[in-house]
Amino acid sequence: MSLDGKVALVTGASRGIGRAIAQTLAQAGAEVVGTATSEAGASAITEALSAAPVPGYGVAMNVADTDSVDSALKTITETSGAPVILVNNAGITRDNLMLRLKEEDWDAVIQTNLSGVYRTTRKVLRGMAKARFGRVVNISSVVAGLGNPGQANYCAAKAGIEGFSRSLAREMGNRGITVNCVAPGFIDTDMTKQLDESQREAMLGDIPAARLGEPEEVASLVAYLVSPEAGYVTGQTIGVNGGLYMG
Amino acid sequence: MSTVEERVKKIVCEQLGVKESEVQNTSSFVEDLGADSLDTVELVMALEEEFETEIPDEEAEKLTSVQDAIDYIVAHT
Repeated sequence: MSLDGKVALVTGASRGIGRAIAQTLAQAGAEVVGTATSEAGASAITEALSAAPVPGYGVAMNVADTDSVDSALKTITETSGAPVILVNNAGITRDNLMLRLKEEDWDAVIQTNLSGVYRTTRKVLRGMAKARFGRVVNISSVVAGLGNPGQANYCAAKAGIEGFSRSLAREMGNRGITVNCVAPGFIDTDMTKQLDESQREAMLGDIPAARLGEPEEVASLVAYLVSPEAGYVTGQTIGVNGGLYMG
Repeated sequence: MSTVEERVKKIVCEQLGVKESEVQNTSSFVEDLGADSLDTVELVMALEEEFETEIPDEEAEKLTSVQDAIDYIVAHT
């Protein structure tokens, strides 16, 4: 599968699953633009993508901030042209049991994880419609389907992304644009390192594969979904979770 | 330099994939030229780009024919 000549935008690409996705798409020939919230993060992405067949670069962008998204997309489009591949991966957690979940923690997660997807997608969709080709992959989570105590905000945002994706898939299908979700399970990243030992043990016991997943195992599915070969796959949510959830 | 009418018709042809001979001033985008709702949104965005103007949603909804678009552009640019 080749992504030669295509510009791919990956949000939240400085670490974890986003970093692996950026690397994998770059190896497949895409010019990858990765975003991070800080300039330092953006520089690290540029460094990490410098050895790719088409060297990509990092851009500072906060998906929770409309002005930041607008100005970053302007820069990207001027520098590289309009992205035809978008991977909405940027996400945060602010876990707490519902009885203690503060409104600011609810808002922060919804703003970044759900509204952020709206902001970036809206900005790139026009270019995709013009090109009559587009690939949007939104990174959801196994907990969108399962639910997870202490993550009402996160689960709501992730489930929201899945409904968003199905609507958009219907709207844009006849323009050659596909929209899918990838729902990772328990992947070995900084985000899952925040879980405590008992949460970790409990989850591992429920995973048929009996191990954590690697970020690269998520990235390889994303690479397929954004490829020209995946043109008839749209509106789907595909799990990468070692069998934790088989919904 | 082409007239507004020529430029509007050219964009209509490009966006809706119709031949120039099919596009009359009285042509309705939806009824005569087969546009769906997404086509009409894209058409308005293409007009905005071509004429470097912003067409508010409530105005865009009223642009249902080629002549409507021409009149709007002439009045607002």
